[in-house]
Amino acid sequence: MSIFIIRRLLQSSLVIIAMSVIVFFSVNVIGNPVDILINPEFDQEEMERAIKALGLDLPLWQQYLNFIKNAFQGDFGKSFVFGESALKLIILRVPATLELAFTALFLSILIGIPFGLFAGLRPESPVSKTIMGGSILGFSLPTFWVGIMMIMIFAVMLGVLPATGRGETVKMLGVEVSFLTWDGLRHLIMPAINLALLKISLVIRLTRAGTREVVPQDYVKFARAKGLSNRRVIFVHVLKNILIPVVTVVGLELGNLIAFSVVTETVFAWPGMGKLIIDSIQLLDRPIIVAYLMIIVFMFVTINLVVDILYSVLDPRVRLQDIKA
Amino acid sequence: MTETTKTENPTDCPEAGSLEIDTNLRRFISDFTDNKVAVGALVVLLGIVFIAVFAPLISPQNPYNLAEIDILDGRLPPGTESMTDMTFWLGTDDQGRDMLSGIFYGLRISLGVGAMSGFIALCLGTCIGLAAAYFGGRVDSLIMRLVDLQLSFPAILIALLLLAILGRGVDKIIIALIAVQWAYYARTVRGSALVERRKEYIEAAHGLAFSNRRVVFRHLMPNVLPPLIVVGTVQAAHAILLEATLSFLGIGVPITKPSLGLLIFNGFEYMMSGKYWISFFPGVALLVTIVSINLVGDQLRDVLNPRLRR
Repeated sequence: MSIFIIRRLLQSSLVIIAMSVIVFFSVNVIGNPVDILINPEFDQEEMERAIKALGLDLPLWQQYLNFIKNAFQGDFGKSFVFGESALKLIILRVPATLELAFTALFLSILIGIPFGLFAGLRPESPVSKTIMGGSILGFSLPTFWVGIMMIMIFAVMLGVLPATGRGETVKMLGVEVSFLTWDGLRHLIMPAINLALLKISLVIRLTRAGTREVVPQDYVKFARAKGLSNRRVIFVHVLKNILIPVVTVVGLELGNLIAFSVVTETVFAWPGMGKLIIDSIQLLDRPIIVAYLMIIVFMFVTINLVVDILYSVLDPRVRLQDIKA
Repeated sequence: MTETTKTENPTDCPEAGSLEIDTNLRRFISDFTDNKVAVGALVVLLGIVFIAVFAPLISPQNPYNLAEIDILDGRLPPGTESMTDMTFWLGTDDQGRDMLSGIFYGLRISLGVGAMSGFIALCLGTCIGLAAAYFGGRVDSLIMRLVDLQLSFPAILIALLLLAILGRGVDKIIIALIAVQWAYYARTVRGSALVERRKEYIEAAHGLAFSNRRVVFRHLMPNVLPPLIVVGTVQAAHAILLEATLSFLGIGVPITKPSLGLLIFNGFEYMMSGKYWISFFPGVALLVTIVSINLVGDQLRDVLNPRLRR
């Protein structure tokens, strides 16, 4: 077990190091940092002084080592646009993104499981067929276009929901959140549904498949033979058994939701880190781009590591196969 | 990590005569046409491809020829007639371009980018997957580690990462889409090649002392292609959707080559004033394209999957 964890840890650090090399060198090779970082109206002497101050006269490998050293201290340089620490700017945006992602996750379970359960229990009913058809549509719909259409219908035509922004926020445990105020909730609902659409389809399909597998099992038949009410059979015996795989898969999708929030945040002008990176790419704000890429790589490598370790705890075959390979 | 030996090869007889191939093809066609929805989707898809290929010939106007557009026609609702007696069936955008023509040209770029990136990724992924399966050992485990690693990141994130570094452009988005897709092909090819490699005809080819290259490309490759068709259709839909998303975010195709995603983006700012058509119709075109590809892909999977064969 510990060998497995050590191997995975080593691999993960290797990936992070490789990514830092790729990000650092490609940013430096493709764009000349001197052009971007230094005021072009400087004269020769000022320019040389500025280059020296920024460490740009050092060989590239030494610059890279400096970059790594600073990165470990949480210093990715200052944003060109905001003039503040890039890392701080991103960290400030993290709660908004997480709030959106978790709300979407919650919604996909809340909506997906009842629909999937129904479709699984009555596979031949026309309602179930509509649900399944709808879930295919959910996979094919372009998220950003659905978002625009939602804004058009609910904000422009009906005028019932606000189109953009986060609304009123309150502090909870030192973090600004929207979902505790009525105004914030009204701002949150459209982006969250938009982000959840794809996952709702996924949960419907998983739940339906699980239900169809569980219903013919002996313990369900036995529960019915005991004369338990239909409600008890479905909600205790069936639901409990399909919940485990569904929740596992949905939990794994959290990373995906965070990645896709880039799109939803841009459409709804939700002030999360996804919106920040898109704005920064357009403004060529390199420190933020580099910091964002490194943070997101770190985040995903960590998520994958945790998932791998959890899996190997739950299913020893994974671990054994890995050691053999 | 999990092994993926997904679909087995449906052509049982690789060196079959023309008669055999004929009945195979006929069975394939009759299986496919069983599902009327899929046939309808295929017809729609062929129509879309036709539009994309012949866009310059069938569009009412060339939306990128400045002589043909008039800024005074800007943002007209669908069905309006212009001063030159031309009806804008789907309205016009802010520059006075006919939306219908814009969508035809947009489809051309969207499908072009999707097809180009898909084809290159298919070739690249096939070669890498074949190499992994054929050589095995260290090569195999190194390649599969890389594939697993890449597939553990969401596609949009990898594309975002590359485009943040490379910048905006048609060639760059194609590179990003190739980088996103190759791993799926490599994994599928490796899975079916591992099964094929153990079969007797490969042994026979080795017995004849053919070179590695000849065995891989002439004997192994033709037999691992069918499962790729299914992966290819699914991936094509993904690639087109991803391109549209990235272009909408403003990091995909440049303004001079507007794909459907960029058309939707152009209409976004007019949405608030109720001018829905600039974003709505390109979105419908995108949706119809994706849904028809997915439906055709679904049916292909059912037909080509030997486990579901009656």
